[in-house]
Amino acid sequence: MLLDGINTIRACHHKEGHPHHHPHGTDQPVETHTHGGREIKVVRRVLDANDIMATVNRKLFAEKKLFVLNLMSSPGSGKTTTLEKTLQHLMPDYRCAVIVGDICTTQDADRLAASGAPVVQINTDEFGGDCHLAAHVIEKALGGLDLDNLDVLIVENIGNLVCPAEFDIGEDKRAVILSVTEGEDKPLKYPLMFRECDAALLNKIDLLPYLDYDVRLAADNILQIHPDMPVFETSAKTEEGFTPWLDWFKTAVKEKLG
Amino acid sequence: MHEMGVAMQIVEIATASIPADLIGARVEKVNLKVGKLSAIVADSLQFCFEAVSRDTALEGARLNIMEIPVRAVCNACQNEWTIDLPAFTCPQCQSGDITLLSGRELDIESIELAEEDN
Repeated sequence: MLLDGINTIRACHHKEGHPHHHPHGTDQPVETHTHGGREIKVVRRVLDANDIMATVNRKLFAEKKLFVLNLMSSPGSGKTTTLEKTLQHLMPDYRCAVIVGDICTTQDADRLAASGAPVVQINTDEFGGDCHLAAHVIEKALGGLDLDNLDVLIVENIGNLVCPAEFDIGEDKRAVILSVTEGEDKPLKYPLMFRECDAALLNKIDLLPYLDYDVRLAADNILQIHPDMPVFETSAKTEEGFTPWLDWFKTAVKEKLG
Repeated sequence: MHEMGVAMQIVEIATASIPADLIGARVEKVNLKVGKLSAIVADSLQFCFEAVSRDTALEGARLNIMEIPVRAVCNACQNEWTIDLPAFTCPQCQSGDITLLSGRELDIESIELAEEDN
């Protein structure tokens, strides 16, 4: 009986690729029986509440025909610059908006607003200084956007290679940015992030002449964690290597919107 | 880094799991399954749990964490193995087309209630 319970939960887990969580519904125990009147079976995911909210978000994004990218990275890897340049290339074809998460300040939002895309800033200190954006925080931020007149929503998550990977927000795709000023071993140190994402960017390659950085090793380490993942070597500053990244992005958008 | 939020969820779920007819029941142990791929630090979780469980039915309860290994199955050759190193290719046929069977758990399995005094 216990094993059955575990298997049920497992079936609901994201096995590979994208999580498609099913709400487990109520606050009542899934299965209750007692051992000597003392042990009560619960068998529930601790992050159930987030998964349920992510499912609500995902349904809304489907209804509104909105493609959502969850963009994650380490701090200072060039996420905002990458986003600015990506928006420049997407905006002629798609109506884009951005949700920006930061613990403090509105600097990223100010920079991104220059693109002309609607930007909603979330400062997580209002939500307890969180290290990630949770599904209910995204749901709140959606209220500031006209979803009927949008095709693409990019969520710039908190700069952090640990926690954001754990929280489904209802997105269609996840991408992670790492820069060549960080160690080649980072993917091995943060396996969950690289396992959970659909694409990786190795950014700031314009700096390679000044660094002892082994791009091949870094890419191999990413592939060791996620063998089939596309790895794009980019410079958001010079836009070198941007075409394959933009092609991947546009293909993903077309897959959803047709 | 989000252990506080996780601890709060544990208290909420565990509290809701105490049968309504057991008035004044106290939880002495929470049995958790935590996959090795989860971004959870056991010591931090215990620390946060002690803070957020104060004045609840879980005050003083112990978190019993069962660590779950990362298991995978290769979709090419059906080989099943435990991933100990951060390498997600099949050791038998080198295929990268694998499915994770376990390791992402962050589940409450059960709660154990303290014996009543009477």
